[in-house]
Amino acid sequence: MTWDEMAPLLVESTLQTAQMILLSTLFTVLIGLPLGVALVVTDRGGLFPSPTLNRVLGVIVNIGRSLPFIVLMIAVIPLTRLIVGTTIGTIASVVPLTLGAAPFFARLVETALREVGRDKVQAAQAMGASRTTIVNKVLLPEAMAGLVAGLTVTVVALISYSAMAGAIGGGGLGDLAIRYGYQRFETTLMVITVIVLIAIVQLVQTLGDVVARRLARH
Amino acid sequence: MIDVSGLRKVYRDRGREVVAIDGVDLHVREGEIFGVLGQSGAGKSTLLRCVNLLERPTAGTVSVAGQELTRLGESDLRRARQRIGMIHQHFALLSSRTVAGNVAFPLEVMGVEKAERARRVAELLELVGLADKAGTHPAQLSGGQKQRVGIARALAGNPSVLLSDEATSALDPGTTQSILALLKRLNRELGLTILLITHEMNVIKSICDSAAIMRDGLIEESGAIPELIAKPGSRLTAELFPLPAPEPGTVTITFTGQADEPVVSQMVRKFDVDVNILGGVLEEVAGVSAGRLRLRLTGAERAAALTYLSERGLLVEEAPAAERAGASGISVTSQVEEIA
Ligand SMILES: Nc1ncnc2c1ncn2[C@@H]1O[C@H](COP(=O)(O)OP(=O)(O)OP(=O)(O)O)[C@@H](O)[C@H]1O
Ligand SMILES: [Mg+2]
Repeated sequence: MTWDEMAPLLVESTLQTAQMILLSTLFTVLIGLPLGVALVVTDRGGLFPSPTLNRVLGVIVNIGRSLPFIVLMIAVIPLTRLIVGTTIGTIASVVPLTLGAAPFFARLVETALREVGRDKVQAAQAMGASRTTIVNKVLLPEAMAGLVAGLTVTVVALISYSAMAGAIGGGGLGDLAIRYGYQRFETTLMVITVIVLIAIVQLVQTLGDVVARRLARH
Repeated sequence: MIDVSGLRKVYRDRGREVVAIDGVDLHVREGEIFGVLGQSGAGKSTLLRCVNLLERPTAGTVSVAGQELTRLGESDLRRARQRIGMIHQHFALLSSRTVAGNVAFPLEVMGVEKAERARRVAELLELVGLADKAGTHPAQLSGGQKQRVGIARALAGNPSVLLSDEATSALDPGTTQSILALLKRLNRELGLTILLITHEMNVIKSICDSAAIMRDGLIEESGAIPELIAKPGSRLTAELFPLPAPEPGTVTITFTGQADEPVVSQMVRKFDVDVNILGGVLEEVAGVSAGRLRLRLTGAERAAALTYLSERGLLVEEAPAAERAGASGISVTSQVEEIA
């Protein structure tokens, strides 16, 4: 393959991967963040203690985390069809990606929130702050460095999941690597794909580290 | 100002019951600084946290500023708490906010609007001497400065009562004194009633008007400090003026306020006795000078001399003589209970 043939393929696939990751990161945060908060506040001695709910959420999260992504991806195909209308393409792959990453992120959110000292929560209670105020103005801001670090790890995991999603028609760099690198022995393209993937991971990790470090400095 | 009665708190910890407070009455008068002393695990923090109901009492009632908190529902209780300040041993400041942001937090909780908030924050930081640190993050402050922020934050709601759980325990002695001086000043200038928990005798000595000693979930003694000192066998006195365990036949005299009068020398001149001073401690406590002297008295008029001392208002405690314990025949005698 010539460079002129490869370039448009690479650009298109990179954009698809970026789209997949951005969308699935968005939904992962929308689902995983409240789930992580719920895991903390419903625990014994939490702000909204509810042992039953806590146990149910814990089991759901553990199921989500114990399924290998490749299995989860296939298992949720009916759900994907229901939500997106199709099981093929970048948008369709957002469903399994989100379902795979959200429980993972929820656990990281839980860990980050548990790092916030009990005395800070109690100080806020002593001021007469409501429980939602404590979540929004104490727990989340105080855990922000940990949340950003957790999000970084999650996005890196999503990048690797997205390459797998490519294998079942999700498009993106993973799909490119399989179709050209694996099936047609286009070694050059394969190598470039790998380099692009590494670059994206490095970029995300560095960005995450910088932000987390700035937040943690206080 | 703070009235706690019949307070009990039982924790259930994995099926086991821990009685942290076992029936406590506490009365803190308006405008006073009240110190609670006690060993680790005595239930001091639990008591304090029951006052603003961070901990729900198992039984008993708590009233602050005439309002019975134990009757209030959640939202009324939240409003009542806005008028009760609290400071903490490890400051409990939000590291994600600046100094000004921390002081503004309770004002946000109260729904104070932005311009007014900024004005109040500036005023409060001025009050605690941190006007120049408004934009700094807590991580860049010394321990003493952090506690000043904690105090400014606690005062945001114009509280009538301030609760303090070991607020100076994490500070060095010099910083401790400056924080205590600040608390005393706020007590005087704002009429702030302060209930504080401490294990440092120094805190009691320097700023408290009244004190209570807790042990195993109970209050052993409590009241105005000069009165406590004048009480026979007081644990507070023993802790304030530590003397070695009394030897048989020795006499311990405790005085509050009479330190300026030459009582002992007058006694020696009036009666036929010899005095041997074995030990003594003299301190300024709750604004009066008070102290204890350990004496060995010998001579024909020993009994009359001791009566003279107690008539002059001194507390006289006589350790029983080894051979003839209980036979001394002196009515003012009571056994000194020493605390190791
Ligand atoms: N949340 C809790 N669950 C179970 N037991 C508790 C809890 N909080 C306190 N206790 C127990 O209650 C008793 C009193 O504790 P508290 O913290 O009030 O003591 P303290 O006098 O403040 O001690 P220290 O000087 O060490 O702070 C202790 O035996 C403690 O183990
Ligand atoms: Mg304590």
